Amino acid sequence: MNKALIALEDGTCFEGRAFAGSGEFDGELVFNTSMTGYQEILTDPSYHGQIVTMTYPLIGNYGINDEDAESRGIFAQGLVVREYSRIHSNWRASKSLAQYLEENGKIGVDQVDTRAITLHIRDKGAMKCVVSTEDLDRSSLVEKAKNSAGLVGRDLATEVSTAVKYVWPKGGKPDAEFRVAVIDCGIKLNQLRIFEQLGCECTVYPVATAAAEILATKPDGIFVSNGPGDPAGARDIARLVGDLIASKRPMFGICFGHQMIGLALGANTYKLKFGHRGGNQPIQDLRTTKVEIASHNHGFCVDADSVDPSIAEITHINLNDNTVAGLKHKKQPLFCVQYHPEAAPGPHDPFYLFEEFIDLMKEYRKEKP
Amino acid sequence: MPKRTDIHHILIIGSGPIVIGQACEFDYSGTQACKALREEGYKVTLINSNPATIMTDPATADRTYIEPITPEAVEKIIIKERPDAILPTLGGQTALNTAMKLVKMGILEKYGVEMIGAKYDAIMRGEERNLFKMAMAEAGIETLKSFEVHDLESARRIATEELGFPIIVRPSFTLGGTGGGIANDMDELMRIAEGGLKASLTTEVLLEESVFGWKEFEMEVMRDKKDNAVIICAIENMDPMGIHTGDSITVAPTQTLTDREYQVMRDASLKVLRAIGVETGGSNVQFCIHPKTGRMAIIEMNPRVSRSSALASKATGFPIAKLAAKLAVGYTLDELPNDITKETPACFEPSIDYVVTKLPRFTFEKFLSANPLLGVSMKSVGETMAIGRNFKESLQKAFRSLEIGVDGLDLKAEKRVNPDKLDTYLKTTCTERTIAIKMALKRGYSIEKIHEMTYLDPWFIDNILQIVELEKELKDAADLDYDLLKKAKQNGFSDEQIGALRGCKGNDIRTLRKKLGIVPVYSLVDTCAGEFAASTPYFYSCYADLDETRKTDKPSVVVLGSGPNRIGQGIEFDYSCVHTVKALREMGYEAIMVNSNPETVSTDYDTSDKLYFEPLTFEDVMNIYEAEKPIGMIVQMGGQTPLNLANRLLDAGVPILGTSPKSIAATEDRELFRQLLDKLNLKQPESATARTIDQAEAIVKRIGFPVMIRPSFVLGGRAMMVAYEEKELEPFVNAAFAASPDHPVLIDRFIEHAIEVDVDLVCDGTDVYVGGVMEHVEEAGIHSGDSACSIPPYSLGHEMVERIKTACSAMALELNVRGLMNAQIAVKGDEFYIIEVNPRASRTVPYVSKATNVPLAKIATQIATGTTLKELGLVGFEPKLEWFAVKEAVFPFNRFAGVDPILGPEMKSTGEVMGIDSCFELAFWKAEIAAGQALPTEGAVFLSAKDRDKDWIIQIGKELSEMGFKLVATEGTAHALHAAGLEILLTHKLSEEGKNVIDLMKGNGVQLLINTPSGPVARQDEIKIRSEAILRGIPIVTTESGAIATIRAIRYIKSNDWNVRAIQEYHA
Repeated sequence: MNKALIALEDGTCFEGRAFAGSGEFDGELVFNTSMTGYQEILTDPSYHGQIVTMTYPLIGNYGINDEDAESRGIFAQGLVVREYSRIHSNWRASKSLAQYLEENGKIGVDQVDTRAITLHIRDKGAMKCVVSTEDLDRSSLVEKAKNSAGLVGRDLATEVSTAVKYVWPKGGKPDAEFRVAVIDCGIKLNQLRIFEQLGCECTVYPVATAAAEILATKPDGIFVSNGPGDPAGARDIARLVGDLIASKRPMFGICFGHQMIGLALGANTYKLKFGHRGGNQPIQDLRTTKVEIASHNHGFCVDADSVDPSIAEITHINLNDNTVAGLKHKKQPLFCVQYHPEAAPGPHDPFYLFEEFIDLMKEYRKEKP
Repeated sequence: MPKRTDIHHILIIGSGPIVIGQACEFDYSGTQACKALREEGYKVTLINSNPATIMTDPATADRTYIEPITPEAVEKIIIKERPDAILPTLGGQTALNTAMKLVKMGILEKYGVEMIGAKYDAIMRGEERNLFKMAMAEAGIETLKSFEVHDLESARRIATEELGFPIIVRPSFTLGGTGGGIANDMDELMRIAEGGLKASLTTEVLLEESVFGWKEFEMEVMRDKKDNAVIICAIENMDPMGIHTGDSITVAPTQTLTDREYQVMRDASLKVLRAIGVETGGSNVQFCIHPKTGRMAIIEMNPRVSRSSALASKATGFPIAKLAAKLAVGYTLDELPNDITKETPACFEPSIDYVVTKLPRFTFEKFLSANPLLGVSMKSVGETMAIGRNFKESLQKAFRSLEIGVDGLDLKAEKRVNPDKLDTYLKTTCTERTIAIKMALKRGYSIEKIHEMTYLDPWFIDNILQIVELEKELKDAADLDYDLLKKAKQNGFSDEQIGALRGCKGNDIRTLRKKLGIVPVYSLVDTCAGEFAASTPYFYSCYADLDETRKTDKPSVVVLGSGPNRIGQGIEFDYSCVHTVKALREMGYEAIMVNSNPETVSTDYDTSDKLYFEPLTFEDVMNIYEAEKPIGMIVQMGGQTPLNLANRLLDAGVPILGTSPKSIAATEDRELFRQLLDKLNLKQPESATARTIDQAEAIVKRIGFPVMIRPSFVLGGRAMMVAYEEKELEPFVNAAFAASPDHPVLIDRFIEHAIEVDVDLVCDGTDVYVGGVMEHVEEAGIHSGDSACSIPPYSLGHEMVERIKTACSAMALELNVRGLMNAQIAVKGDEFYIIEVNPRASRTVPYVSKATNVPLAKIATQIATGTTLKELGLVGFEPKLEWFAVKEAVFPFNRFAGVDPILGPEMKSTGEVMGIDSCFELAFWKAEIAAGQALPTEGAVFLSAKDRDKDWIIQIGKELSEMGFKLVATEGTAHALHAAGLEILLTHKLSEEGKNVIDLMKGNGVQLLINTPSGPVARQDEIKIRSEAILRGIPIVTTESGAIATIRAIRYIKSNDWNVRAIQEYHA
């Protein structure tokens, strides 16, 4: 049995067993309350720099399949679970979770009281941690956790963004109704899949692209994707987004994209104590008071008080803590949400937001042919 | 949208008696609804015929009608109460069907009563298959290929031309799929379809393509009028399609679906609600998924709260019924708080961080001739739920919660399976299949092979394999070290189970475990997987690191519940437990409830100060005791379950509040009990115990026939029988030995034609309060749980009643009872005999409490904690009863084809109803209607009796004839009646050519059967006749005293009208 030690920066340690991988990994320790969807979560680039604890205790049951990955590989540093299932059973499965973690050079730890971790993070906040199969000395590992880089102030989106621009779907979509410029801050593939499904061809740009280059293509709409890290650390991206907003073209942002738009519109962001990560969060549309259940994955948030009501309207809030979950520009065809309408994993309730973006593009075209 | 202010008064329909498919879960949901609506300031009127419920407690609703749940009774209530609205979605299929009839009869429209919770059209779309299929087709949700038929000829045609075999037969509008089944050939189809057509209220069955072996899932969904819709819980059936979900082992959340697949099912569930038009409330949607292709189809939906929603509420901590009630009056989910977190709204989807397993509880041993295979018609009588951090733990905890003599998926469980027939067990849908899987794995069967034989998902089989491997490890290990023992505990192995593997006692393991510091921690069920702090102390045990128990300064008392429902121990005991908890809270104690039955009110986290959802075993209870350190435990309320633990708990140093377990033992020890009666100068039937057949024969030689034969330490009169003659003795005695191996068999002289009396009393050691004296309608020899009875006695003289009370009081004082005591007494002429005494809450406590308006369980709790009857003002108090309350039993015979529906010393009823009115006749008449045995006032009566009964049957015949009934009989009985000068229609015996009584029944030619069994082993044709009557809902009377009461009631109702009266009016 391969022993593993999880050390937190506050000195707390949890012992477990490495069911996949070995070595030493540092990251911010967070928990996710989704009961399904570990494959999507691991491959979500927004988890770059993080170690994910699943609150649901039995993980690996349905294995890994060829269709549900949300990016080119695993971005989370590691996975912590209560009990890893030694067999997987599902008609779509092609390999085991352990195999997948190992192929991606990541670590999976089980036999840990994940509820204890969750409650600790809930009470003390998400924090830096190191998982190791090599250094099992508590004080040494705690020290390493303290000294690890952490997330705050870091521009992680630039690290995960595509190196070169590309077109989705591959080879283009000749019958596309709209051409969408996508700023890849760590995009989940399902966002691109949905755009394709709704008749869009996407050009996906690295975050280090100049606004002028993008705008020169006269896109029907601009989309700013989700991504990892501290929005406040990504000033360059916020500037890019600001330049794009100035074009007054239809724009839509998700999660990190929402935060970038918020920053570009003059609002501030702050770090939540332990974030929102799960597939069961209630989002209220303040315009209709209707509630949708939505997938979440964020540790930072736009500060409601910093939103200038003359520039943007808060359209959605998270009912659990009344934090800002959606913004809409007062004058321009621009809106963004903190949560994940692309789901994967999670409920499809907010899918309509993609359709609203399509509508914005339609209208924009009518007005400015 | 806040609550509606245009309605003020709401009528809630309950679910009536406990039957298979409709049990305490509707007491839980109904009670929640009453509380929720009154909390909002609505006046609530309730109708429910079941006295054993918390729902029918006078304090639960503003107006409580314990009346038969029929459209006629509801109309009378509406006329009297004039409610603004009727809420039919919380009382199961009974409430829904009744409400639908009220709409069809125009009653709701006539009195301007609005149906809330679900609209007529939505219910129709949800329940009527064709409308349902159309709605699903429009919504783009795949349904199974199916055809509805209204007659056998069409069934034959559809099978040949459209479907091919196997075919699933599902009747419309029935309980739990009564009359359904899987037909593998034309003969089977004809038989099952015929039963289904009869069972269906609309004479309609659905023939459906077979999806046997597909994966099966259930989604518990809620929606409000603003179209907010959420999934509360997703449940995966470990037993795939082919076994009714009520009989399946089910697990929450889903284990083998990816998120993508889960979300497709989630989307479909929400679409279903919208397509059906469920505007407010909870619904249950069932899906099947092909295990190889992933093809998904919807099976059915229920536009109401259900058994599964009760399970889902307990599994997640989300109170579905309470919310459903609030949504029905106009609230939306976002306006209501999550009860558990308080801070966050109810409009969310619970996330759980544990595994919940539900196991069904069967009682096939009570219905020996019934087919013990499971199918699409539900057969289990109860269920148990267990929570663990992994599936193995929750499965093993659930097994030891079942109270079937196993300590987990252990070695004892393997004794339930014939090892020579393992393959048969695996290939059939039998109740012991999970155990057979374990045994097959031990023999080296591969997961793949077992999957092919059982269709269980390999993931579940592998989990059972892990239990098998750990079992071997525990057995083979030289030493039981910390790591191994902890691993065993984390995988749900009980101390007893480990002890059996190590060749030592469970207690030894317990000692070792504590020495090694391996004790459970208690985790919270919090709806949110720990994301938010929870305020509600709802706990389960597991072997993890973090303990979340909360110590308070209040002295606490632990109340042990009654576990899964079974015949002989059901909702009545949960009622007493709930009252106990309430009384403790009122007195300022912290009340801690322990129970494992998800259907109950006692496991509502709102009921007690702390809820431990745990198995009721010595180990699990002691762990709680050590964690909570209460001042004591109350064991007299939960029936046999806690009593079985009492002595071990006492020996382990647990203070038992109330009657000492030693007193309880004194009533169970024949010799001690005889000494007690001798001392008090009381009689009991001559009796002796036998350990062999020879001894039994010698005893009978001494005391003479007939004799009552009973095994010791059994519940509900298991394997009890009356032997009238020599040839019956040996088989009966052997059966009794088999029912309780290693224990002696008790043989009593059976007092024929005696009147049986039940007495419930409370004693504080100094004084006695006799709560109720119940005279049974059926004579002694019929199990008291199966007999109708009346408070006050309807034929016994005042003096006899007083003598009985005096005797019972003397026994209670002599036994030093501190709490409840029940006595059963046989009265013969001027003598009475003590048959049995039990110093604990009896099945009749709720009935007596409602009939007399004196809450016995509460009083007993007050006494157990030191209050006296004097202080309570109950010394010398006698409730004035200006009415009669009749309790009638309800039987599950319609579920067990081929079982003879006769009564005997072994209890067979699942539930009870109460009729209450100014005289015995009306009360009895109402009770019969409520029990589904509405008595006729005209038509024909089939009479059939063995020779011994001919005298009284002639008398009954005369009276029926006077009242204008036609009499029907076969030759023997007809001859006797004819000789007495009665006109009689002769029918042929079943074995003869020509029209027989079954033909008559089919042609509506018989309205009542009075049919006494010819002997303990009835002839096949008698069983056929009685079964046919059961199937057709023709009332059937099998005893003399039952017949007399029936005639009295019919005679009365022929010249008198009836009305309804709220229990609060009786008690005013």
